[in-house]
Amino acid sequence: MAIASSDTAIRTGRVTRFFLYLVLILFALFYLLPFGVMLVNSVKPLAEITGGNMLSLPDVWTLEPWFKAWSSAQIGVEATGLSPYFWNSIKMVVPAVAISTILGALNGYVLTKWRFKYDTLIFGMMLFACFIPFQIVLIPMARILGLTGLAGSTPGLVLVHVVFGLGFTTLYFKNYYQVFPTELIRAAQIDGAGFFRIFQRILLPSSGPIIVVSVIWQFTNIWNDFLFGASFADLDSQPMTVALNNLVQSSHGVKEYNVHFAGAVFAALPTLLVYIVAGRYFVRGLMAGSVKG
Amino acid sequence: MGFLDIKNATKSYGELEVLHKVDIEVEEGEFLVLVGPSGCGKSTLLNMIAGLEEITSGEIAIKGTTMNGVHPSKRNIAMVFQSYALYPNMSVGQNITFGLEMHDVPKPEREKAMNDVAKLLQIEQLLDRKPGQLSGGQRQRVAMGRALVRDPDVFLFDEPLSNLDAKLRVDMRTEIKKLHQKLGTTIVYVTHDQIEAMTLSTRIAVMNGGYVQQLGTPKEIYNTPNNLFVATFMGSPSMNLVPVKIVKLDKGIAAETSNAHGQTVSLPFSSPSDELKSYVGKTVILGIRPEAFTDPGGADRDASNIVEIDNEVIVTEPAGSDTFVMTTLGGKECNARMRADVQVKPGSQARFAINMDKAVVFDTDTEMRIP
Repeated sequence: MAIASSDTAIRTGRVTRFFLYLVLILFALFYLLPFGVMLVNSVKPLAEITGGNMLSLPDVWTLEPWFKAWSSAQIGVEATGLSPYFWNSIKMVVPAVAISTILGALNGYVLTKWRFKYDTLIFGMMLFACFIPFQIVLIPMARILGLTGLAGSTPGLVLVHVVFGLGFTTLYFKNYYQVFPTELIRAAQIDGAGFFRIFQRILLPSSGPIIVVSVIWQFTNIWNDFLFGASFADLDSQPMTVALNNLVQSSHGVKEYNVHFAGAVFAALPTLLVYIVAGRYFVRGLMAGSVKG
Repeated sequence: MGFLDIKNATKSYGELEVLHKVDIEVEEGEFLVLVGPSGCGKSTLLNMIAGLEEITSGEIAIKGTTMNGVHPSKRNIAMVFQSYALYPNMSVGQNITFGLEMHDVPKPEREKAMNDVAKLLQIEQLLDRKPGQLSGGQRQRVAMGRALVRDPDVFLFDEPLSNLDAKLRVDMRTEIKKLHQKLGTTIVYVTHDQIEAMTLSTRIAVMNGGYVQQLGTPKEIYNTPNNLFVATFMGSPSMNLVPVKIVKLDKGIAAETSNAHGQTVSLPFSSPSDELKSYVGKTVILGIRPEAFTDPGGADRDASNIVEIDNEVIVTEPAGSDTFVMTTLGGKECNARMRADVQVKPGSQARFAINMDKAVVFDTDTEMRIP
C-alpha cells in the first residue's frame, strides 16, 4: 500500500527490499547460532556430543543434563548443582539493581532540578566512574570491604555493584530529567510539595522508560559480572557466573559437555528474559529526550 | 502600606545586577501588569514574589508580613505558568486538588473546593481527564482552577496566554478580566504583550533593562509616557517621533519641522508648560500617536487644538476598520490613522489633521518627557 511505504524515509524497491531482508535474516541467524548450539547440545546425551557433530539435532532428546546442572553437578568440591548459586545471584542482583536505580534517579533529580555550586564538577566525576576499568579498583575495593566487614558476603557484592553502577544510572536519569519541564517542579513547590514528595509524585510517575533502561542495563551487567564475584565472594555468596566457571573447569572426572551447556543456558536465561519482557522499552527509553516529541 | 509591597527589591547573579531597586506597592484587589521586552526582568520579579528566586536585597511583603526567605508554599500565593505546568500523570481533578492535599486539607473539603472551582470555570466535564487529552484553552482553565482553588492572597500569572492562538487569547483575556471583576483578587500578571497589559490592568509597570520605567494606570502610561522607551513600547502602531525645533510665536510656542517637500510646518502647542517654554530655540522630539494624526474629517471634535497640514502620501495600508497612511515629517516616516473609507492615493497630496492636545515632547539627550 502506498500509505504503508510512505512512513519510511527512504523508498525501497521490491528487489532492494528482498536483499535487505536476506542480509538481516542471515545476520540474525549468525547471532542466534551460539545460543542455538547451546540449546541443542544441552538436550543431548553426552555420547552424542563426544562421538558426533556438535551442530546436529539430538537423536535422543533428554532433559537429564538440565536437572543435573541445576541440582547435582559437581561445583568445585561440592555436588550441589548450580541452584544455590543461582539464588546467590538473585539475592545480589535484585537489591543492587534496585538501590543503584533509585540512587541514580535521586542523583539525576538533584543534578537537574536542585542545582548547586559545582554540581557539574560532581557530575563530571560521576561520569568518570563509567570509564574506570574494573581491574583498577580491585585492591582498594578489597580493602574497603575488609574494613567494613562486608568481605565475602552478598551485601558486600551489592555495595560493589551499586557503587560501580551509580555512574551509569546517574547519567541516564540526569539526561532524562534534563528535558523534564522545570515549571512542573516549581508548580509543585508552590503547591507545597517538598523534595521527596515532588520526586515521588511528579517525577517518578513520568520516569517509566528510563527506569526500564536503568534496570536492564544494571541487571545485565551485574548478573554477567565475573570479576567482582570471583574476587570478593566466598563459597556462600558466589554468584552464578563463578559457579558456572567452576562447573566447567572441574578437573576431575569426565567433561560433561551437555551439563555444561545446560548450566550456561541457566546462566543466560534471566538476562534473556529481561530483554524479551522489557526490551522494546529499552530502545524507547534510550531515545527519549534526544528527539523532542 | 499596600497589600503587596515590593521595597527596593534587587536581584543579582554574582556580579551581574539584573533588577535594580524595584519599588511597587500593590493595593488589595489591584490588577498589576508587569510588561516589557524579553530580558527586562519582569519574570524574575514575579519569581521573587513567588519565592522561586531569592531576593538579593530589599524586601517583598504580603499583607505586611515580610516574605524574604519564606517558602513559596507558605506565602499563600498561587501561580499560573506559561506552559500551564499541569502534572501529566494526574487527572484534572487531582491537578486541581494537589495543592490542598499537600496542605493536609481533608478529602471532603478538597472535593467541595474542586467542584466549586470546576463550576466557576466550566470544566466539570473534564475532571477525570488527563492534561494530555485537553486543548490549549482547556489546559489554561485547569491551570487557573489549580490557582483559584487555593484561595490565595495574591495570584501570579506568568505570560499565561502566550501559548494560545490569537482568537483564543482574546477570549481568555476577557475571561481573566471577568474573573478578576467577579472575585476581586489581587493579581500580578507578567506579559510582553502591550495590548494585554492595557486591557487587563488597573495599573501597569513598564520595565526595561531591570528598571521600572514607569508605573501608572493604563491611561497615564499611554497618554503621558515618562520617556521614549515607554512611548514606543506601548501602543500599536507605535507613537510617531519627530525631531522638531521649538520656536516662539506671538501667542505661545510651536514645534517647527518640515513636510515631505521640505516646506516648514508649524505646530502650535495647546497649553505649553513653563519648562517647555524654556526649550525655545532647541531641538526636541515630538511624539504624536497615530490616532492623533488623521484626516480632517476624522479628527477628534472635542479637541481644542487641531492643526491641519498638507503632506505627501507614501503608502496606504487599509486595515478594515482604519486606513493607515504613511507620510514623512522632519525626515521621519509617520503613521497616520485615518477613517476606513478615506480617499487618499500613494504619491498624491492629502490633508492631515494633528491633534496637538495629545502631543508629548521628549528631551533629545535624556529621552525623558518634558511635562
